[in-house]
Amino acid sequence: MNRIKQKLQEDKKLLSLYFTAGYPAIDDTVSILTQLQESGVDMVEIGLPFSDPLADGPTIQESSTAALHNGMTTEKLFSQLDGIRETIHIPLIVMGYFNPMLQYGVEKFCKRCQEIGIDGIIMPDLPLAEYEAEYKAIFEKYGLINVFLITPQTSDARIQQLDAASDGFIYMVSSASTTGGTSGFSNTTSDYFERIAAMNLKSQQIVGFGISNEETFKAATTHQKGAIIGSAFIKHITKNGANSVASFVETIR
Amino acid sequence: MQRLRRLAHNTIAMNTLEKEKSYQADERGYYGDFGGAFIPEMLYPNVEELRSQYVQIMQEPAFQEEFKQLLMDYVGRPTPLYYAKRFSEKYGTKVYLKREDLCHTGAHKVNNTIGQILMAQRLGKTRIIAETGAGQHGVATATVCALMGLECIVYMGAVDIERQAPNVARMKMLGATVRPAMSGSRTLKDATNEAIRDWINNPVNTHYIIGSVVGPHPYPDMVARFQSVISEETKKQLLEKEGKENPDYVVACVGGGSNAAGLYYHYLDQPDVGIIAVEAAGKGVDTGESAATSALGREGIIHGSKTLLMQTDDGQITEPYSISAGLDYPGVGPMHANLFRSGRGEFISVTDEDAMTAGLELSKLEGIIPAIETSHALAIFETRKFKKDDIVVINLSGRGDKDLNTYIDYFKL
Repeated sequence: MNRIKQKLQEDKKLLSLYFTAGYPAIDDTVSILTQLQESGVDMVEIGLPFSDPLADGPTIQESSTAALHNGMTTEKLFSQLDGIRETIHIPLIVMGYFNPMLQYGVEKFCKRCQEIGIDGIIMPDLPLAEYEAEYKAIFEKYGLINVFLITPQTSDARIQQLDAASDGFIYMVSSASTTGGTSGFSNTTSDYFERIAAMNLKSQQIVGFGISNEETFKAATTHQKGAIIGSAFIKHITKNGANSVASFVETIR
Repeated sequence: MQRLRRLAHNTIAMNTLEKEKSYQADERGYYGDFGGAFIPEMLYPNVEELRSQYVQIMQEPAFQEEFKQLLMDYVGRPTPLYYAKRFSEKYGTKVYLKREDLCHTGAHKVNNTIGQILMAQRLGKTRIIAETGAGQHGVATATVCALMGLECIVYMGAVDIERQAPNVARMKMLGATVRPAMSGSRTLKDATNEAIRDWINNPVNTHYIIGSVVGPHPYPDMVARFQSVISEETKKQLLEKEGKENPDYVVACVGGGSNAAGLYYHYLDQPDVGIIAVEAAGKGVDTGESAATSALGREGIIHGSKTLLMQTDDGQITEPYSISAGLDYPGVGPMHANLFRSGRGEFISVTDEDAMTAGLELSKLEGIIPAIETSHALAIFETRKFKKDDIVVINLSGRGDKDLNTYIDYFKL
């Protein structure tokens, strides 16, 4: 069974972390993954850096620019991840933008992911209609779960549609924002968490964007299955170095 | 799969009376293989709201009336179609200039911003955002926001803000806030990214006025429709002057491609009209400092659209170069990508040097100082020969005032 599906069945709230591959240094990828697993993180999004990350705030933009400057490429990331399943057993998701995947070749990309043992893909700018028309069959052939996003503005009808198309979890964007917001959650956000929980979707939800500490993690997982932290983690390793993963995870739970 | 989908698109297109023209966008915003809406889900409600309503709103008689009235009274349309006698004599063919440089604000850009501000009002939006490179679209957007009393925020690369101080001042005088894009290369591409991020953060009250025929569907088609007034007028004017609506060639410079889309629009499916697109070669197509997307680009995704774009082997978007800030975009609108791939359009690239020379030449021959963007289109006559009785219409997309400093530096005037 796909590791994401297995993880979603566990009776606990899931903590997932995002980091940009190739940052702070080009060869930090495996070390960061190992530390994340040892710190008890449930799932990881490995960010494939892109020159023009539209959905991201300044922190992830800057880490992406630095990673590209360090020489990170799609092939480089895959070669770093070869053999990773000998030691890393938690679900791994590749998160990025669609153009690098398209240039690598969608089928070749998916095939490499399967060989490595990647469980899922998040491509925010690959929309549902394009995915279903062109790429769904390829993702499925290589056993990859495609993760769809919803936001507070997504209509109920659209949510139902995305839920039906989803085979893993739904990535719930906490508010109308790019990544890295730190203002905490408003009452409107809590209402949104409750509203989505009450829809009884077949897919469980994991909340992302704006989760930075224990308080926001708890708020996000009151009604949902888990939460993803990205920018706050990147800020932490920028400040404390690539070997400081455990000291960040300890502050969350 | 690709082919099947295209067949499906064509069937849809053929079944829809309005979309019977094959070089126009289909229902899903595709021009052949190019177009679509590759947007994150955060933008889906905004873009879907626009997509589901834009055609209907544009076809409302009240909308049409207000749009046409403003184009006439405020923009100064119709713009003249001018027979350039001395220029024609020099190159041994009949050249007409469509004088978009005489539009209010000095370029064709305002045709689109007038249309989009009316669209924004009908969608109930109260806040307007835009991106700008050289500042022409920013000024055109700030102008219509002043006209309608709407809040206006223009994103502009920090580097461009330094280079284009007079346009920054114009936008400020018009009441707009100019926000510097500090990410990436700090130019047009990054200003566009910042505008998109703003829209993600303000999904309810904000309309994004994109300045060219780029971005996710429905923008390329909507902007092309607003700019199509250029070819609509050209047809009538040519009929008066030459006794026929169709010239032998239409010529325009292409960065994103909005002035070109406007001039080509009503000729796209008239096979007797040759379409010529002129791109900026910068210092030369193979020098690494160029913006000739058709020559250097590959199929990919930029700003929500599948099109031809300049990128690394790994799919990272690269920085183009041209002396003209308005042609300095790493992609090209999907309409033009399709014109290139299908062979319907003839694509020519022109260097900085040849463009500057052509700009100076038109000034001396016709008393018209063109924008450097436009000068690229004028430069093809040195090498691309036409028959004596050919009728060639060039879109004189903008005036050269904004480029005076560049002309001064270049020619040591």
